[in-house]
Amino acid sequence: MAERSFAREVELLRLTAGEEFRGEGILAVTKALLQSGVAYVAGYQGAPVSHLMDVLADAGEILDELGVHFESSASEATAAATLAASINYPLRGAVTWKSTVGTNVASDALGNLASSGVKGGSLIILGEDYGEGASIMQERTHAFAMKSQIWLLDPRPRLDSIVTAVQQGFELSEASNTPVMLMLRIRACHLYGSFIASDNRRPPFTAEDALAAPQRDPSRIILPPYTYEQEREKTEQRWPAAVRFIKERKLNEFIDGPASELGIVLQGGLYNGVLRALELLGLADGFGASRLPLYVLNATYPLVEEEFVRFATGKRSLLIVEEGQPEHIEQAANQFLRRADLQTKVLGKGPFPMAGEYTGSVLKEGIRAFLEEFGPRLLNPVTEQPLLPAAQLASAVPERPSGLCTGCPERPLFSSLKLLQKEVGPVHVSADIGCHSFASLEPFNLGASILGYGLGSAAASALHTRGNKRPLSIMGDGGFWHNGLTSGISNAVFNEHDGVTIIVDNGYAAATGGQWIPSSEADAPRRTARLSIADAVRGVGVRWVRSLNTYDMKDTLKILREAMSTREKGPKVIVAQGECQLNRERRTRPLLNRLRKTGKRVARKHYGVDADTCTGDHSCIRLSGCPSLTVKPNPDPLRRAPVAAVDYDCVGCGVCGEVAHAAVLCPSFYHAELVDNPGAIERFMQGLRRVLIGFLQRRSQRKRAMAW
Amino acid sequence: MVEGETQPRVFKLAIAALGGQGGGVLTQWLLNAAEASGFIAQATSVPGVAQRTGATLYYLEFFPRAGAEAAGADPVLALMPQPGDVDLVVASELMEAGRAMQRGLVTRDRTTLVASTHRVFTIGEKSALGDGLADSETVLQVARATARRLVALDMEALAREHRSVISSVVLGALAGSGALPFPGEACEQAIRASGRALERNLAAFEAGRARAAASADDEQAAQAERAEPAAAEIASAGAFDPVPAPQNPRAKALLAKISSEFPSTCANVLGIGVHRLVDYHNHAYAGLYLDRLLPILRQDSAARQHTLLTETARGLALWMSYEDTARVADLKTRAARFARVRAEVAGGNGQLMRIVDYLSPRVEEICGSLPAWLGAPLMKWRLTRRILQAFTGGKKISTDRVWGYLLMRAMARTRAWRLSSLRHREEDARIRDWLATLAELAPQDYELAVEMAACQQLVKGYGETFERGLARFRAIAEALPALRGGTDPASAVRELRAAALVDEDGGEFAAALARLCENHPGSVTESKA
Repeated sequence: MAERSFAREVELLRLTAGEEFRGEGILAVTKALLQSGVAYVAGYQGAPVSHLMDVLADAGEILDELGVHFESSASEATAAATLAASINYPLRGAVTWKSTVGTNVASDALGNLASSGVKGGSLIILGEDYGEGASIMQERTHAFAMKSQIWLLDPRPRLDSIVTAVQQGFELSEASNTPVMLMLRIRACHLYGSFIASDNRRPPFTAEDALAAPQRDPSRIILPPYTYEQEREKTEQRWPAAVRFIKERKLNEFIDGPASELGIVLQGGLYNGVLRALELLGLADGFGASRLPLYVLNATYPLVEEEFVRFATGKRSLLIVEEGQPEHIEQAANQFLRRADLQTKVLGKGPFPMAGEYTGSVLKEGIRAFLEEFGPRLLNPVTEQPLLPAAQLASAVPERPSGLCTGCPERPLFSSLKLLQKEVGPVHVSADIGCHSFASLEPFNLGASILGYGLGSAAASALHTRGNKRPLSIMGDGGFWHNGLTSGISNAVFNEHDGVTIIVDNGYAAATGGQWIPSSEADAPRRTARLSIADAVRGVGVRWVRSLNTYDMKDTLKILREAMSTREKGPKVIVAQGECQLNRERRTRPLLNRLRKTGKRVARKHYGVDADTCTGDHSCIRLSGCPSLTVKPNPDPLRRAPVAAVDYDCVGCGVCGEVAHAAVLCPSFYHAELVDNPGAIERFMQGLRRVLIGFLQRRSQRKRAMAW
Repeated sequence: MVEGETQPRVFKLAIAALGGQGGGVLTQWLLNAAEASGFIAQATSVPGVAQRTGATLYYLEFFPRAGAEAAGADPVLALMPQPGDVDLVVASELMEAGRAMQRGLVTRDRTTLVASTHRVFTIGEKSALGDGLADSETVLQVARATARRLVALDMEALAREHRSVISSVVLGALAGSGALPFPGEACEQAIRASGRALERNLAAFEAGRARAAASADDEQAAQAERAEPAAAEIASAGAFDPVPAPQNPRAKALLAKISSEFPSTCANVLGIGVHRLVDYHNHAYAGLYLDRLLPILRQDSAARQHTLLTETARGLALWMSYEDTARVADLKTRAARFARVRAEVAGGNGQLMRIVDYLSPRVEEICGSLPAWLGAPLMKWRLTRRILQAFTGGKKISTDRVWGYLLMRAMARTRAWRLSSLRHREEDARIRDWLATLAELAPQDYELAVEMAACQQLVKGYGETFERGLARFRAIAEALPALRGGTDPASAVRELRAAALVDEDGGEFAAALARLCENHPGSVTESKA
């Protein structure tokens, strides 16, 4: 991790047997890994699993004590490939990333891993970003598990259930020689709760042991004749073994209820939501006792046909509560019951919407709709008051999209791009994933597509023509090291692209919490950083490379103009530098406070707008969008539009002033510099100025006063 | 516990906040307070990208540990709020309170709503070319009608007052609302245990608690919120405060002229205009202002509340005090301005402070401030334009230093020849055209004249902004003959004025213009002919 410290969380990892762990779900997973005797952990950051990576990155000491290897992988593909260590050796390994985007990146390695099969328990911890506020496309991990035959756990969102699932995941993996996915929805990752810890365990077998006696089993290689053999092994040995384990160890739960002619089948992760919905419908008691029988799938793949049939027998109908689409579980259930020749009706999508998150009200209304058809007597004639969010609110409450932080170095870059388009006309912008994705929102409205992490440049491939208008691609430094160097830059060189790629070099994987990356300017313990993006780009053959400081908008505009118009052939790459303000603040604030306290000169800049010259057009806001640049009522009684104003959160980055200059906006901007502990000469000079200017000011003030 | 309940039940609390407001810290404080008070506590959130200034929601549930022990089982706590099933909602910004109500989280039968009345404007609101601010009053009204109890206070102001963070005030307000299932002391203890910036956080907490406890339903805060009404589209004479009493005999004479020749209801707005123009240029110029309004006055009547006169007086004062170089430099060098800057950047009184102004003159500004006989040819010839180009571009001027100050004063002094400057010649001609239009329209279509008077607000700003506004103003003026062929030209102008303030590139305006003129193609050709 970078500038933020996770010392408190690291302490939680040291808890011993019987002590109570209190914290977030994803941290509980981290602790559970250590309790399970994991030998290595790898992954790629992304909400909602960044915390796992961040905390382990700060937990070097504990990991050393236990002999656990940890690394921040270059990408999810790297992380997945790391699991290869468990193919030949009895090493328990865990990897993590944001699903399903990360799973897609990892799919090559995952598919091969699943085919080879594993000896050591292999756990893939997936943070699902589905539903409200998701910053990725909405897809199911379930389909992925099915196609590669990787088992999928979806435990109840309680810390002890999640911790148990980690332990069971390793065992299931070893019992069936198959990697296991543990999927955690975003709220479960951020869930605060508690569980009783056990001791951490040293891995019984280590990487040293493996290297001391290397193993090789040709039948694990993905080449004929073994590939076909592995496919057969999957269906004939590993799958039945997994089903046996799930059945015997009772991973799935049966909860009895008096209304035995009906039943609900649900994903474990939805358990709390379903129970709450039942409680609100008067069908559960708040402690888990339900009037309807429940079949809770903590393992959602493979499904256990026998359990399904047992649950359905004697029931008129089943409701399948399965989030996302397609409805794989519902389809399977129908198949199972058909094979068993049971006439139980299966409902799922229908009472529930095909797409979208199963929020509290979706669950309640879905179950109600199911019961209205199949068990109306169970429903109280509910006297719910109608929920009518006042209609006026729809127009009164404005949307509040995310945006770039106050002082963000990317802001002046996008302001410059806006200004560039005023000169050269609209440009096709191929956007990428990262904080810079926000440039596609107000007020910048830049970016025609986002195709994947580090793929900004690649996504403009088809648009490179010999004409004179060039496409412009954005790529973050995170995406660049993840894959953009090869998929974008090297590809552009090889195919003689003529377009412009801007690599946003802010020194961190900023959007995921400020993790270090290879080009971070940091003394990162256990990492080699400070690699140059410009050198890497030149290294793959780009001839036109420029580095710029984004806060210098005049220079930025000059370089952008040149990039768009130069006669130089081949890709044009601009490395747009400016340190992430959030992380810079974390780095410099303690330093400045220390300087200030020890009597050293410290100057703080703060920008402002003169309310009496601002006329309330807000072009400055449309060009900058800084959260700190806001509006306030116009003090001029004759004017109506609110005036621009800079609030107290201003960090003095100076972009608003730069924008005012670069766009030739207005003379209302100023900056004030407040100096702590000024030197004697500075104080004297300033005193002199104050006296002289004060005298002149008083004189003209008198003159003005006399005119009225 | 909610009164009248014997069976322990889950207490549900939703926090509607903005990314970066410290919702995570607040949640942790609440969890600690709940656990210390004998509750099983659970919390969830969906931070993700919302961390970056977007709207975000934290959700907490508490259940008495004793109740769980009695039942011999753990309660099943939910991870998402159910509409209609939340006991307490706290919003750390007013529109977020609105959003929580939109989600159905606030209901009459049980929900206490604790809301901050301050606004953090959204990018959409701030980006408007004019006044795009959402209507706070509507949200407060709905809150009063929707919540079982509303506790409204300006949490941001309290946080600033105590140089603390808003999360401390929010926690205080929650404690003071009495709606939590545990005592406020537990919250205070949670802050103490966290240990950082203790004194300020506790002071802010206490302030929030006191204010919330004092406000039964908090009409006060609501009143305060109402004190800043959204600006009206058309000026009404009563909306203006009087100017200070003059001492200068010439200023007195101007005010006397107002009271003798103009209706008393308009005295305030005219007084403001005169005061502004004396300050802008001189008494004679302010006198010209009044003289120019006399023809408008003659077309107006008390029966119409002198709306046209008021609106024209407002616009004319602004137009006649157009922001030229002299004006800007003059305003920037004033002592009051230096003091305001110090207050705005929160500089201590004795603290050393530097002021740097950002100016970016164009050839237009340079030529415009020269006498017309000089400025006009310089502006016209390509060679001189190119030479002057060298003096344009971004300039940073240290107005707090002697040379910077003197340079600014020198610019302010160009007002000596302001009335013969190129800029003045141009503005004066535009003003006269506008007034002539108003005088011509008033007897035929009074409403239309008022709307045209209000169009002055399009002409504002500097550089491109000014040119864009002026072009749209002109387009409306030129479309007048066509619009007058329609049934309701006044509404058409009002619509166009609104459209002119929608977007920068003018798509909306062009569309509105085409649509409104299209209805009367005959009159368009007529006007062209």
